[in-house]
Amino acid sequence: MEWEVVIGLETHTQLRTKSKIFSGASTTYGAEPNTQACEVSIALPGVLPVLNKEAVKCAIKFGLAVNAEIAPRSVFARKNYFYPDLPKGYQISQYELPVVGKGSLTIQVGDTEKTIRITRAHLEEDAGKSVHGAQEGMSGIDLNRAGTPLLEIVTEPDMRSAAEAVAYAKKLHELVQWIGICDGNMQEGSFRCDVNVSVRPKGSDKLGTRREIKNLNSFKFMQQAIEYETRWQIETLEDGGKIEQATVLFNPDTGETRSMRSKEEANDYRYFPDPDLLPLEITEVDKSAVEAEMPELPQAMVARFVSDYKLSAYDADTLTSSRAIADYFEATVKAFGGEPKLAANWVMGSVAAKLNEEDKDISASPVSSTQLAGLLKRIADNTISNKIAREVFDAMWAGEGEADAIIEKKGLKQVTDSGAIEAIIDEVLAANVAMVEEFKAGKEKAFNALVGQCMKASKGKANPAQVNEVLKKKLG
Amino acid sequence: MINSSLKQLGAMLASKQISSVEMTQEFLDRIAQHNAELNAYITVDAEKSLAQAVAADQRIANGTAEPLTGIPIAQKDIFVAKGWKTTCGSRMLENFIGPYDASVIERFDAAGAVNLGKTNMDEFAMGSSNETSYFGGVKNPWDRSRVPGGSSGGSAAAVAARLCAAATGTDTGGSIRQPASLCGFSGLKPTYGLVSRYGMIAFASSLDQAGPMAKSCEDMALMMNVMTGFDERDSTSLQRDKEDYTRDLAKHESSDRPLAGLKVGQPREFFAEGLDATVAKVVQDAIEQYRKLGAEIVDISLPNTKLSIPVYYVLAPAEASSNLSRYDGVRYGHRAAQYTDLMDMYCKTRAEGFGAEVKRRILIGTYVLSAGYYDAYYLKAQQIRRLIAQDFEQAFKQCDIIMGPTAPGTAFRAGEKTNDPVAMYLEDLYTIAVNLAGLPGMSIPAGFAEVEGKNLPVGLQVIGNYFDEARMLNVGHAYQQVTDWHTRMPEGIA
Repeated sequence: MEWEVVIGLETHTQLRTKSKIFSGASTTYGAEPNTQACEVSIALPGVLPVLNKEAVKCAIKFGLAVNAEIAPRSVFARKNYFYPDLPKGYQISQYELPVVGKGSLTIQVGDTEKTIRITRAHLEEDAGKSVHGAQEGMSGIDLNRAGTPLLEIVTEPDMRSAAEAVAYAKKLHELVQWIGICDGNMQEGSFRCDVNVSVRPKGSDKLGTRREIKNLNSFKFMQQAIEYETRWQIETLEDGGKIEQATVLFNPDTGETRSMRSKEEANDYRYFPDPDLLPLEITEVDKSAVEAEMPELPQAMVARFVSDYKLSAYDADTLTSSRAIADYFEATVKAFGGEPKLAANWVMGSVAAKLNEEDKDISASPVSSTQLAGLLKRIADNTISNKIAREVFDAMWAGEGEADAIIEKKGLKQVTDSGAIEAIIDEVLAANVAMVEEFKAGKEKAFNALVGQCMKASKGKANPAQVNEVLKKKLG
Repeated sequence: MINSSLKQLGAMLASKQISSVEMTQEFLDRIAQHNAELNAYITVDAEKSLAQAVAADQRIANGTAEPLTGIPIAQKDIFVAKGWKTTCGSRMLENFIGPYDASVIERFDAAGAVNLGKTNMDEFAMGSSNETSYFGGVKNPWDRSRVPGGSSGGSAAAVAARLCAAATGTDTGGSIRQPASLCGFSGLKPTYGLVSRYGMIAFASSLDQAGPMAKSCEDMALMMNVMTGFDERDSTSLQRDKEDYTRDLAKHESSDRPLAGLKVGQPREFFAEGLDATVAKVVQDAIEQYRKLGAEIVDISLPNTKLSIPVYYVLAPAEASSNLSRYDGVRYGHRAAQYTDLMDMYCKTRAEGFGAEVKRRILIGTYVLSAGYYDAYYLKAQQIRRLIAQDFEQAFKQCDIIMGPTAPGTAFRAGEKTNDPVAMYLEDLYTIAVNLAGLPGMSIPAGFAEVEGKNLPVGLQVIGNYFDEARMLNVGHAYQQVTDWHTRMPEGIA
């Protein structure tokens, strides 16, 4: 039998707010345990939650970015369960009425585009952390993370392969950083995915029983976990077994998933509206205010790059793979003032290669967009050739200064004086009589060889177009 | 001095007739003399109180005193106060020292009032007799074999026995008004959201509201001026302009019919089955007195009154079951001495830390929120809650203010209702609907009923429309100008 895998994702994105979602405590990562735990984080008797407006702004931004309905009225609810790192004995989340409703995100897998439907996104608080083994025979509780704002983004079961799920997760990861609501740091847990996987006979429209893989914080693990889980489910069914609804964990060391708890063991969370918080009301005015602060979204930017800069869809897509790259490119174009395609080639070419080689982010590039534009100007006005430009670029990267200074210092200025070029050509022709003969005998290749000799004789500085032209004339 | 109004005490301080230190010491002495029997206070800390009195005397000396500066006020032990043991009447918090100040505490501190101590209460404010307190019951100063009511029973006994100048209380279903009625003084539960709940240990968040417990409406108006006001740390706190609750008190003092034009609604459901006949008589007489003061009495109906107790005993426990989850032994409060694993630690800690009534309500609350029961109980109760609020909305189209009994009877004997939770719950028959609607409600002394040869106080309940506290206090004040019930003191406390 042929099987089809059905995948849906729930992603917890940690919002980039300075303070926690219901208190003024800092959200900075990595502080000493419990130094960022105020009375609200500790859930002392008598304390009350107050909603952080910045977190709401983040949710609105996300809603706008995925074309979703933003609820005029949403409600915070308490999710009740006992756990040592959950200080109140309940998590404040949104249940029946989430802040963000139905939306969608378009992904690209190979050559195909696919739209993944987003079911909802809701605001909630993170729990603290249990620290085992720091003290002999005891577990410690660190409440620094307790109350950190999260936006949980839930999709419909629209993905049909591990590749699609990873493509969606990557696209979402890119988007939340693009709109500035999440730092995207997966190692620190700022972006973590729960993946619901089920299988069914191909062609069936009934969903199989799903198992949920919890807390994946790398795309590689996600791919491996889904592939393993899919195989395991198909094998189980083919062996005549049954899939039981369960929550599973992925072990990167073994590459396997393992059941954490079954449906029967699931908690009854006793959700009910939190009486300490008023319903969250978002007006059209609130939305417009956030909209005004929204950066241009990747899709709109691609379209603009194609129409305004006459770039190919491929180039535009590559240049918008992150907002930092897009910003760098646009700043270069602006400072350069010349052909955008030249800027695009350099950003996607030499700049990207160097960054890749040194494993750097574009924000850490030693050559700024203005500096790059300085170099491109010299290519455009024929001061240097593209080839010499690469040499200049390497020097700039090494911190030797601005393009003009390097060209000057190293004497790399292109020779465009026709007298000087003629003199070089005459010299080359005199020294390469055999080649001239070959050319005259009809061997076209010899012409290129002569050009090469001229360039070599000029140490690459002669303007190649001029050399071509004069040489053609002389060989008449 | 002990029977003086807050205004008189303020005048005595201002004129240097007495210092705050002397006044505080006198109340501390009274506590030392009577508290062993009454058990009104859980914590008294003379050193802390006197230090505040010293600071108050300085304010009085340098002319920055406010109306309550230097006056000793008792605080219900539900308000977290920095450096003070804050138990909420529970073994769970027996040794919990407040690391911060509740909004109410902050406001009294800023006003220069002296915190005289923390008063006894039903555990986590769950009870109507103060008998659920881990720290023992409180005796009613009018008859020591009887309860003071609850949950603010300690504050009630302290005000009645003049062991403080005034006190604070909290009212979730009647916890200020019922003890005020049973102990013969004035108590007010303000409109929900008027007094910040920050630092007030939560029982049922959508119903809890703090208010004053004092000898007269005038005293309560002065306390309301201190207690109310917007607080950004409480999302349910209301953003309104500051009011002066004393502003109109003097207005009608000279008139014969000061309340002419006032329409008083008398809900027929409040005088039906369940109301003690002697109490009914006292309340009717009080309303008659209002007619003499010029008020027009109109018959009104609050048809859903009988549903308020069942609705309350779904909603309040539901919220409580969640609010009390934080007492898990992990971070503060009681933790069992021995346990085998995490679950065992939770179970033993909570089994030991909570008393029977608290456990009962956690169980009820957990049950009504459980999958499969939520719609039938919690959701249904919320719907009826809206109907109850609508009853009042309709009623206030016919009248300005509502009057009736506060409690169905007078103070009952200790132990009389402890084995019958439902009988205990019925104590709040006339008060609960007010909390469910979020309205302000007040109880003022209306006289005495003779029970087994003893005169026991009876309270008149006055219910106002939202934010109508100033008018309620005026209406109460007018009555207290022509009656002296509120100045009566129990025997044996002088």
